[in-house]
Amino acid sequence: MRWFEQLRITLWMLFHRQSEKARLQSEMSFHLEQQIAENVAGGMNAEDARAAALRLFGNPAVLNEEAQSTWSWNWLESIWRDVRYGARTLLRSPSFSATAILVMAIGIGASTSLFTVVRSVLLKPLPFRDPSRLVMLYEHFRQEQIQYNVVSPGDFRDWREKTHGFQDMAAWLWWGCTITGDSGQLPESLGAAAGSWNLFSILGVEPAVGRTFTADEDRPGANNVVLLSWTLFQSRFAGDRSIVGKQVRIDSEQYTVVGVLPQWFTYPDPAVKVWVPYASTFMPSQLDAHGRHQSHVVARLRDGVSPESAIQEVSALQYQIHMANLNEPVAEDAVMRPMIEDVVQDVMTPLLVLLASVGCMLLIACLNVSNLLVARGAARRREVAIRGALGGSRLQLIREQITESFLICIAGGALGVALSFLATQWLTTHWKDLPRADAIKMDWTILVFAGAIVFLSALVAGLVPAISSTGKNLLSSLQEASRSIGGSTARASLRKTLLGAEVTLTVVLLISAGLLFKSFMHLRATDLGCTTDRVLTVRFGIPDRQYDKPEKIVAFHEALLEKVRNLPDVVAAGLVSTAPGAGFEGDSLFTIPEHPVTGKILDLDAMTRKADPGYFSAMQIPLLQGRVFTQQDRLDRSNYVVISKMFADRFFPSESPLGKHVKIQWNMKEEPLEIIGVVGDTIHDIGEPIKPMIYFPLLSGAPMQTTLVTLVARTAHDPLAVAMPVQKQLASLDPQIAVRVLTMQQIIGRATASQSFSASLVLGFAALSLLLAAVGLYGVLSYLVTQRVSEIGIRMALGAQRSEVLRLILLDGMRPVFVGLIIGLAGGAVAGVLIKSILFGTRPLDPIVFAGMVGSLLLTAIIAGAVPALRACRIEPTQALRTE
Amino acid sequence: MGKPNDLVQGTLDLLILKTISLEPKHGWAIAKRIQQISNEVLQVQQGSLYPALHRLEQQGWIRAKWNESETGRQAKFYSLTAAGRARLEKEKESWKRLSNAIDLVIDTV
Repeated sequence: MRWFEQLRITLWMLFHRQSEKARLQSEMSFHLEQQIAENVAGGMNAEDARAAALRLFGNPAVLNEEAQSTWSWNWLESIWRDVRYGARTLLRSPSFSATAILVMAIGIGASTSLFTVVRSVLLKPLPFRDPSRLVMLYEHFRQEQIQYNVVSPGDFRDWREKTHGFQDMAAWLWWGCTITGDSGQLPESLGAAAGSWNLFSILGVEPAVGRTFTADEDRPGANNVVLLSWTLFQSRFAGDRSIVGKQVRIDSEQYTVVGVLPQWFTYPDPAVKVWVPYASTFMPSQLDAHGRHQSHVVARLRDGVSPESAIQEVSALQYQIHMANLNEPVAEDAVMRPMIEDVVQDVMTPLLVLLASVGCMLLIACLNVSNLLVARGAARRREVAIRGALGGSRLQLIREQITESFLICIAGGALGVALSFLATQWLTTHWKDLPRADAIKMDWTILVFAGAIVFLSALVAGLVPAISSTGKNLLSSLQEASRSIGGSTARASLRKTLLGAEVTLTVVLLISAGLLFKSFMHLRATDLGCTTDRVLTVRFGIPDRQYDKPEKIVAFHEALLEKVRNLPDVVAAGLVSTAPGAGFEGDSLFTIPEHPVTGKILDLDAMTRKADPGYFSAMQIPLLQGRVFTQQDRLDRSNYVVISKMFADRFFPSESPLGKHVKIQWNMKEEPLEIIGVVGDTIHDIGEPIKPMIYFPLLSGAPMQTTLVTLVARTAHDPLAVAMPVQKQLASLDPQIAVRVLTMQQIIGRATASQSFSASLVLGFAALSLLLAAVGLYGVLSYLVTQRVSEIGIRMALGAQRSEVLRLILLDGMRPVFVGLIIGLAGGAVAGVLIKSILFGTRPLDPIVFAGMVGSLLLTAIIAGAVPALRACRIEPTQALRTE
Repeated sequence: MGKPNDLVQGTLDLLILKTISLEPKHGWAIAKRIQQISNEVLQVQQGSLYPALHRLEQQGWIRAKWNESETGRQAKFYSLTAAGRARLEKEKESWKRLSNAIDLVIDTV
């Protein structure tokens, strides 16, 4: 029952403190009165009786305090006292407090946001069943050193059937399609994926409506079935559940909707709106192929089997497949990595870099606040010393000073968390290609994190000034004559150290930002090998079912080109299967009949494109040798190819490629194709190296292979102005075609969006840090000048020149900057090496970046230092000597 | 002037508990009682009773009640709780062990 008694009194004390204080007072005075009365009764006079009673009782004030100190909640009261005191001090200098709070708010807000993103994207488990047991399997080309290569359907089938280390394996691949309506709805071009029937059960995904695929539906020749994503289900079918079981028209064919996936399922990408069975995207013969790679394999580890032995078994099998197919590109090995790593691999480094840079910024903010507090501590030095001398305990004094920094950090933290709500939202909507963006949420863990950051920042910012200003040399500061000439050098050196640390961190940030920004500029400036100015691209596919004969396909393409070329404003137009910079499309192995078979067969590999005769001139890709296609190279008379410069340089290093032949899989024909021309190189993906490229004639009208194309139109003025007219011409030929319209500039923008994003964010953090460092330097120098006013006055009275005073002060302030700069340069070099993997065309020790960043730091430092230094050299000696 | 630490550490608690074990008492009466019973040997600085009383109250050994005193004024009367009574027994026991031990040492050496 004792706990009950304790609880009762604890609660009582919480709510009745004030009345208890009065009661304690009256309790003690009652005691004294009793004693006095007894003394009077014993014969003393009133005055003596009172004195004797007090002597017997002790000091009532001290005892009162002592009794109160036994009460619970006493700590709360003393904290409250400190807080009130601290708040009053802060309110007395509102501009200082506002600056400090704002600085902390930015630092804490940015770190909280970044932590939210990092936690949700990198740390939170995937939303699947038992996600830690999920892995992704890839082929590993040992000789070519390609670590994680997508898998061929034949390999996947063999792995699944012949190995036993995994519970199950599933495969999926990227796909794309156009959905059209029977009753006049607009056609819509959709991102899609094809998944094997067991994919959803391996992941543990239950459909929201209907069912997923059956094994029977996942084989060639089965009925067309489709699974809808939740977003498509809502946007196109208004969430009508009766759609399950009905038919929809995809790529001009009828598909039966079997189910709808849940809203949270956005793997592998939110852009995937439609799932079809894996096997339905292959021709039966392709399903056995070992040399064509496009599939991503998901596997679940079997309980009791070590991951190593499981993957070893697959690797051993893959080696057998490799040995049995030496003439095809088949990898020697299989490798795996956890599924979570697979999902986040592209953003891991940028995210960690961003997190590290906000961490740096927060530290700089703390150091700055610390620096400001040291300055204020200087002003209160004598007060603190006197209180120490009168018996104020050191702990008490430290606590009081730290309370101030806690108040700043808590206010800044509250503001920062509010800011980070907005910032996190902004981050998730503006960071294109951020995987798992839908998983990003602020929750209580984030608040705990923010609280921890506030606590740590307050300690970092408050401890150094508090300890230093209450140090043992209290006496010395009391003895310090009011006319101290040198100023307190110890304190100044502490501030200089803090400033040096600030500069170091700033330099590291500046260099990292500079490197990232330079590589982004490099990417933006990449020469695609063609014109990118005023070019519109319109990507569309014509349905294979409807356009099944070469004549039909060619007729459509020629009619479209005719109409587009006649539009006003269009200077030139052409057709290509994939525009430069728009992605990979595909590659093929080939042989050259004129050359003896030597070396590795896998080296004879080229990217493939299909182009019409007008494409090269429309995109201003230079013709280097021979000729490009003509209108006559069509249908059956089209056994010609055009190659790129790198193709010619690599495979025909010492001879003319013209008139030579290549044997390559194309249009289901076996005969060699004649090389008729060499054109300039184009880049398929920004940031990737140039690869050999081979162009097939689009006017061959090869079924299935020339139906998905990109129209490129070079215009005289704004390319987007012709977007509508071009779409109208397309619709007039076939209203069921969905298009995707982008200018070449937009294609480049998309490819560099994520670099642009991280580079500008880090640059922003670096700029803020630079500003903070400038404020820090300004503060330190102003302080030094105030400390040395009388010294400067004496120097000038003795004949020192103003320029000498200026140099003296500036040099004094610049010393910590230089020290910080040198350490920072070393740190920047380390940081550069660490972020090497996300740099493009920029070395980690890029001299231009280093020079530029050092220059901007020094310039900022000089400007920040010049103001107080100039003030110092304008000091009037007579005035200076009279002050104090 | 007797200081509280003139008493052996912790004995003040024992004395207070024992003094109020028969009937509730206010602070002044407790001080008087301790003085009388010990034949004026134990000189408690009277004021130091109060921190001790408040501590014991916070710890749940004793409970306080405001009542009219002999002179008609309101005074705070302290009494033992059930837990306090058990505590008193334990304290008494350990005090006896301690003083016996000290006696032994003093007599034999």
